[in-house]
Amino acid sequence: MASAAGRSRLGAASRYLAVAVLLVVMITVVPGLLDSFRLNLLGKYLCYALVALGLDLAWGYAGLLSLGQSVFFGLGAYAFGMYLKLESAHGKLPDFMGWSGLTALPGYWRPFADPLFALLIALVLPAAFAAAFAYLLSRSRVGGVYFAIITQALAFIATTLFVGQQPFTGGTNGLTDFATIFGQPLKDPSVQVALYRATVIALAICCALGMWLARSRFGRLLVAMRDDEQRLRFSGYNPALLKAAVFGVAGGMAGLAGALYVPQVGIVNPDALGIILGINMVIWVAVGGRGTLWGAVLGALVVNGAQSAISEQFPDIWQYGIGLLFVLAVVYPGGLAGAVQSLQGKARRHTLAVAPPPSNLPEMEPRSVEVAQV
Amino acid sequence: MISLILSGVFNGLSVASILLLISIGLAITFGLMDVINMAHGQFIMIGAYVAYMCGNVAATLFGSSGAGNAFVVALPASFFIAAAIGWLLERGLIRFLYKRPLDTLLATWGVGLIFQQAAKNIFGAPNVNVRVPGWLGGTLQLGTLLALSYARLFILGLAIVALLGVYAYLFRTSRGRLVRAVMQDRSMADCLGVRTERVDAFTFALGTGLAGLAGAALCLLGPVGPFIGIDYIVQAFMVVVLGGVGQLIGTVGAATAIGGLSSVFNLVYSVSIGEVIVFAAVIAFLQLRPAGFVRGRART
Repeated sequence: MASAAGRSRLGAASRYLAVAVLLVVMITVVPGLLDSFRLNLLGKYLCYALVALGLDLAWGYAGLLSLGQSVFFGLGAYAFGMYLKLESAHGKLPDFMGWSGLTALPGYWRPFADPLFALLIALVLPAAFAAAFAYLLSRSRVGGVYFAIITQALAFIATTLFVGQQPFTGGTNGLTDFATIFGQPLKDPSVQVALYRATVIALAICCALGMWLARSRFGRLLVAMRDDEQRLRFSGYNPALLKAAVFGVAGGMAGLAGALYVPQVGIVNPDALGIILGINMVIWVAVGGRGTLWGAVLGALVVNGAQSAISEQFPDIWQYGIGLLFVLAVVYPGGLAGAVQSLQGKARRHTLAVAPPPSNLPEMEPRSVEVAQV
Repeated sequence: MISLILSGVFNGLSVASILLLISIGLAITFGLMDVINMAHGQFIMIGAYVAYMCGNVAATLFGSSGAGNAFVVALPASFFIAAAIGWLLERGLIRFLYKRPLDTLLATWGVGLIFQQAAKNIFGAPNVNVRVPGWLGGTLQLGTLLALSYARLFILGLAIVALLGVYAYLFRTSRGRLVRAVMQDRSMADCLGVRTERVDAFTFALGTGLAGLAGAALCLLGPVGPFIGIDYIVQAFMVVVLGGVGQLIGTVGAATAIGGLSSVFNLVYSVSIGEVIVFAAVIAFLQLRPAGFVRGRART
């Protein structure tokens, strides 16, 4: 026993070392290897990976499927986009407001001239909104597929609202034509590299946070809630609060990802809030493997990488491909992470397979969860 | 003023009838079968393209002057073709996913994407105009107060016919009784010799067929394209969720409520604000009655 524990402790240490090396390579070496276009793409995918990470906490661990994670991503993107727009306008009225007939800056736009305020809002507003939304629905015990459908409706409504409020949101075009960030030209390669590095660091911090949450008592409660909510409730816990907490974390991660996404992509429009992006986020997690956080990150990178590689040349084929991915995600619920784990499953016993609930219950796909070494 | 109110009422009824038509099939697959058919919107699209094909075939055969009358054939054709594709989908995929509603959601969304891309490749990305009968083009003038479009009146009538048809089928025919039996207690029905698999496939086909019928009817309102399904799917689901699953009368009530509210708010505020208010109202209502208008079963 002692030697086995010693081995696994060694394994854990070597894994931490591998992650640290990967992080250093991502920050120092990768920007030199890729041209600015590819680096920009990678930065964008890392933002998506951050969204997938949060979504996996909510869906993979707590069983809370959100088809509207794009709303929180879009809110963060718009919040930081407002700062970029104001800075680019140099104290004048942003161009689209003038076209829509506004003569003065709306009051709530004014504080967004401060980048730190914009960043704070990009993080806090989606988190608070997500938590409140999940709490309200869960309190009246709207869960499962109903939760999924209502989050999709939320994405639909958010898009409609942002398209319709053209004087304040830029309508269909959204916010674009950004010139500078913190006074530096946004197009400058060194600025883009800095943004890429910021994204890597944000993703690393959120990964660590996610892992810590998942391994903590809180994470165990989430899994318990996913597998048998009634039983958790009878044990004296309040599932609505748990759901609000995990959904708030997921929303905050999506909002932060949105804020990092905007300066790298240079535009945010209502598609960023929409149902297509929202459900695509689900497929990133499903392909990577729900219930394993690194799987979600991997899934976001792989799916988006494949999308760029394939759709650059054959856009039609990609549409069939992503349709097929949704079907395959159901057939192989473990995803890529599940495939990796089953390859190494017999050699290592770091993971505890959570037994699937009896087959007469809904959502019976087997999932596995990393657990703390005791 | 009176004319404004009257036309507002008619508009609300018209929106409600469209919502009812697009969601009644969904109420069957979702409410009775617990299958989240995200491809429902694409079945609406299939129905619309069937109507488009019918019009084109008629135009080649008989000349373009009366080709709009092919719409009369297009309505049943769209129902049966969408139902046939739905039957294939149930046999090929859905039947492996019963009792896993979230998985049916993801899988059917994927199928919907494939249908949508196929339509784009076959018919092209731009919207197409469907030939509709000339006699549905005008308006019915009621005095000086009110002008009702024949197309919208027709859809109102069609929604009522579809509703009565489904009701009669479920409650007045022996096959409908089998459907209700399987949905209420599958294993007991199985023991009594009901071929539940066949009933499942048939019920799913009925739901998708109704989506196809709705798609053909929507051609009366304007051009249709490959992305028409996405436009309607969210609204259809909201109607079913608000109405409460498992009861058709709830669907009717929800369609009327959403249609009425949105036509009022769109009149008072702008369209986008109106939709936000309606959505907020639905969420608020679910706070009070989580099971929707008509309580079918618990929703966790």
